[in-house]
Amino acid sequence: MPVSSPLSVSVTPRHSALVRVTHWITVISFLALLITGAEIVISHPRFYWGETGNSETPALFTLPIPSSRGTVPTGYNYVMPDQNGWSRYLHFEAAWVLVLTGLVYGVAGVCTAHFRKNLLPAPADRRWSAFRAVLAKTFRRAPPDEAESRSYNVVQRTVYLLVIFVLFPLVIWTGLALSPAFDSAVPAAVNVLGGRQSARTLHFFVSGFLVVFLVVHVAMIVLAGFWSRMRAMITGRVEQPSERT
Amino acid sequence: MSNISRRKLITTGLAATAGVAGLAAASHLVRRYGLIPPDCRGIYGPGETLTYAAQRLLTKHSLAREFPRSMISKVPFANATAPPSDAFKRHQAVGFSDWRLAVDGMVARPGSFSLADLKALPVHNQITEVTCEEGWSYVAEWIGTPLANVLNAAGVLPQARYIVYFSIEPDWWDSIDMADALHPQTFLTLGMNDGDLPVSFGGPLRLRVPRQLGYKSVKYITRITATDSVKRFGKGLGSAAPEGGYAWYAGI
Repeated sequence: MPVSSPLSVSVTPRHSALVRVTHWITVISFLALLITGAEIVISHPRFYWGETGNSETPALFTLPIPSSRGTVPTGYNYVMPDQNGWSRYLHFEAAWVLVLTGLVYGVAGVCTAHFRKNLLPAPADRRWSAFRAVLAKTFRRAPPDEAESRSYNVVQRTVYLLVIFVLFPLVIWTGLALSPAFDSAVPAAVNVLGGRQSARTLHFFVSGFLVVFLVVHVAMIVLAGFWSRMRAMITGRVEQPSERT
Repeated sequence: MSNISRRKLITTGLAATAGVAGLAAASHLVRRYGLIPPDCRGIYGPGETLTYAAQRLLTKHSLAREFPRSMISKVPFANATAPPSDAFKRHQAVGFSDWRLAVDGMVARPGSFSLADLKALPVHNQITEVTCEEGWSYVAEWIGTPLANVLNAAGVLPQARYIVYFSIEPDWWDSIDMADALHPQTFLTLGMNDGDLPVSFGGPLRLRVPRQLGYKSVKYITRITATDSVKRFGKGLGSAAPEGGYAWYAGI
């Protein structure tokens, strides 16, 4: 969109429309997956390793919460309301939205060199000292310099690449491995994870790492200036320092 | 007419043609392979339809994983539901000797099978996993006759698209498409782990659908019917599961 108003000449583009649209669709579908995933876990808050596991076998670990099913030994005398039906429908529908959005983002990100330009750390930054410098600055609570409102530092770049190319593919893979029909077509998907119950436990932990990312991500946005970062991800623009004074 | 608008016209025309051709190809695929589940309406319909269509194209003939005998679970989990009805108990009192499976609907030779009739058909065994939507699972050996044998014996008609199956217990019924009904691992199950199928696991007769979650494997089967539409059964959603909020297709 051409910027012609004299009042907004000091506003520079930050995020492309593709990044903004796919970001917010991902936010909505991830939150839907998180809530419904928690709801599904409540129906059997016990986790196992290997191929099989059930209420008659020892658990790897048990979440200290009541279950929504009376057949699960939780130690509580309380059975939570069962919300699995719609939770499962919404979980898989949101998973489709997330996967299709991720495909569009991934293909477009390669075609527009988004990953190379905005996320791959510069060669000079691919060393521990660069990492440590950024972390030290963050923990000193030093104000972000002007470049950081227009570009990502090496820690951000590395974390975003990990989330996009490791955690999301892993959570999709471990989720698909829980599908008995998908496993019949691609048995290796579940076998290399060590079995169905291992896949379920890994799905839970990878989701946990994504939640940790979400919490830190939102915390950093609050620290960096919630409204300016939100505006950047909604309108695609950031204010120049001159305007901030 | 300027060059720009002509180019725009040609581009739009090509895009529209491609769109119409794409839709036609999609609807052909949908008709040829039956890619729309009965519970395709409502806000969860698009996700459910995508899952069912994608898996029907991917898994039409694939086999559920089978396991070595050493992996059979020492303690399978029966997930016993409500106590059996009086109708069930009457059969149980005579050792299920009068249990019958009625086969009707779109078949050339409607009729019924006793448990002995079913055992006289080719009996196979498979060591497969039961996976519950809650998350737990176990592996057991299942002994029975593929549903396809019964359907062939009854002469299922080519226009049949679903097999609907009913438990002796009230409001417990489900349906599968022909891809699953004719699948070699879909068993009318009579035995488990070298013995008779225990009542708590669905004995004397359970339909096992190992490529879907456990809730599709309905216990205490007394009737199967072949149909070209599930609209006439229950609320028309294909099984009791969507009426309770659960997906009809449970291959996830």
